[in-house]
Amino acid sequence: MIVLAVARKELALYFGSLLFYALAAVFLVLAGYRFYTNLGFFVLMGGTDLARGLWQYQLLDVEGLLLVLVPLLTMRLFAEERKLGTLELLWTYPVRDAEIVVGKFVACLAVVVVLVAATAVHPAMVARLYVVRPGPLLAGYAGLVLLGAAFVGCGLFVSALTESQLVAAAATYGILFFFWMVTWNEAAVSETALRLLVPFSLFDRFYPFARGAIDTRDVAYLGLFTVTCLAFTLFALDTRRWRGLR
Amino acid sequence: MPPEPALEVRDLRKSFGRIEAVAGVSFRVAAGEIVGFLGPNGAGKTTTLRILAGIFPPTSGEVRVAGHDVMREPLACRRAVGYFPEYAPFYPDLSVRAYLDFVARLKRIPRRARADVIGRALAACALETVAHRRVGTLSKGYRQRVGLAQALLGDPPILILDEPTIGLDPGQVVEMRELLGGLRGARTVFFSSHVIAEVAALCERVIVVAHGRLVAEGSPAELRERLHRRRRAVLRVDGPPAEVAAALGAVPGVLAVEPTAGGFVLEGEDHAELARAAGDVVRRHGWTVLELRPEAVGLEEIFLGLVGDGERGS
Repeated sequence: MIVLAVARKELALYFGSLLFYALAAVFLVLAGYRFYTNLGFFVLMGGTDLARGLWQYQLLDVEGLLLVLVPLLTMRLFAEERKLGTLELLWTYPVRDAEIVVGKFVACLAVVVVLVAATAVHPAMVARLYVVRPGPLLAGYAGLVLLGAAFVGCGLFVSALTESQLVAAAATYGILFFFWMVTWNEAAVSETALRLLVPFSLFDRFYPFARGAIDTRDVAYLGLFTVTCLAFTLFALDTRRWRGLR
Repeated sequence: MPPEPALEVRDLRKSFGRIEAVAGVSFRVAAGEIVGFLGPNGAGKTTTLRILAGIFPPTSGEVRVAGHDVMREPLACRRAVGYFPEYAPFYPDLSVRAYLDFVARLKRIPRRARADVIGRALAACALETVAHRRVGTLSKGYRQRVGLAQALLGDPPILILDEPTIGLDPGQVVEMRELLGGLRGARTVFFSSHVIAEVAALCERVIVVAHGRLVAEGSPAELRERLHRRRRAVLRVDGPPAEVAAALGAVPGVLAVEPTAGGFVLEGEDHAELARAAGDVVRRHGWTVLELRPEAVGLEEIFLGLVGDGERGS
């Protein structure tokens, strides 16, 4: 399977790079710190509903950390291959562009899933002392993975547009932050605009997951966002290829 | 019907924006041939090779690789080709073996055959001793060999090599040439170069391009014949240079006298006539001939002549 071969190589490069370990350490340490403070707050407030009082805040914090993490993971996917010149070598093998795109996407998503899954130690610790209902948490983690997939798709697309990893990361931050901030000043935006924009906010789509609810509309939107990004990536590769750009 | 050519290019054109890199090139390479692709920098060699390798499509024209059209059946074309790009790109953090394993998977070599295929490519390129090392830590010569190994992997019938000896030291160039020579007969090899001695040593046929157009095609001997009607001889004499030059210039059989370090290069209709004229002059003046030999016309000069023609023609 070509997709798996591409994914394997990407994973080998991730797990062989110092950047991955640095990012993983930062991500896990910050997630742990947020868990520590969120738990302290929950206990201080004498909270009883774990889903609303603790997991919601913790999941939203992890979401924020993903926003910081993912562009740094995706930036190299195509930009590095362009810079090295290996992308054009890939094009000389009997491989479809779609297989390369999906392989890279799967590898990067797997890295995100590994890191997100590692934060499950926090609920596991709570579960040793307390009764934890798994339902809301599972919904929350499903939401994180879907959101992670959307972020990875976005980063992959941007990475296919440039040979500079820094430019790729910066532009991915730009796009993701736009989708985050788009509904911030709800009062200042006209009501019509708000109604048009809210459905497109990746982050508003995540709130229900954080509260333990899976809405098929949210799943569909995040899925569609990801697929659209992958299609754009293919289109970007094809365009550059026709123009003879590396 | 003659057998299907390995490579067939008809009126190939490729433009990048307003720049026309390849402006209507046509040629064929028969199966099993070793053909050199010569031209100055910017002649459109690399662009042509990239199109043949499937990296990007032509702007217009027909390109067939192993009988398949590159536009309609890109994957079938790529399956038949091993491509070695200029400056052999690589993933610095993968080991040689991991890299070749990745390429073998992409080339859809079945799992059971993979180890064997990789082993043979490593052996063919003398890479066994560095198989475990990261490509980024290898010397330029080894990296080029890794580049060649990925092209050879899976025994594709057609090899397309872009400047396989560029950037190598003389010893490595000899090794690379021996490697390529070893492929003779088994594969179709189409490679670009601007090292002319290499092309002369390896190729049965040469295709020369300049400014995106084909300027000549034929065996090295044919090209030599076609370009150089005049014969040249090198003469060294113990007389005073200025006098010798003047005396030689006055002989009707000598068409041109060109002083070089320690002697002269004479041009004339044929070698015997040049020798006779030089002998006469030397005897008349009482000098001594230190050296007199016909000079073979190098491919370098042929190349320059051809490229010059192309320039004038465009």
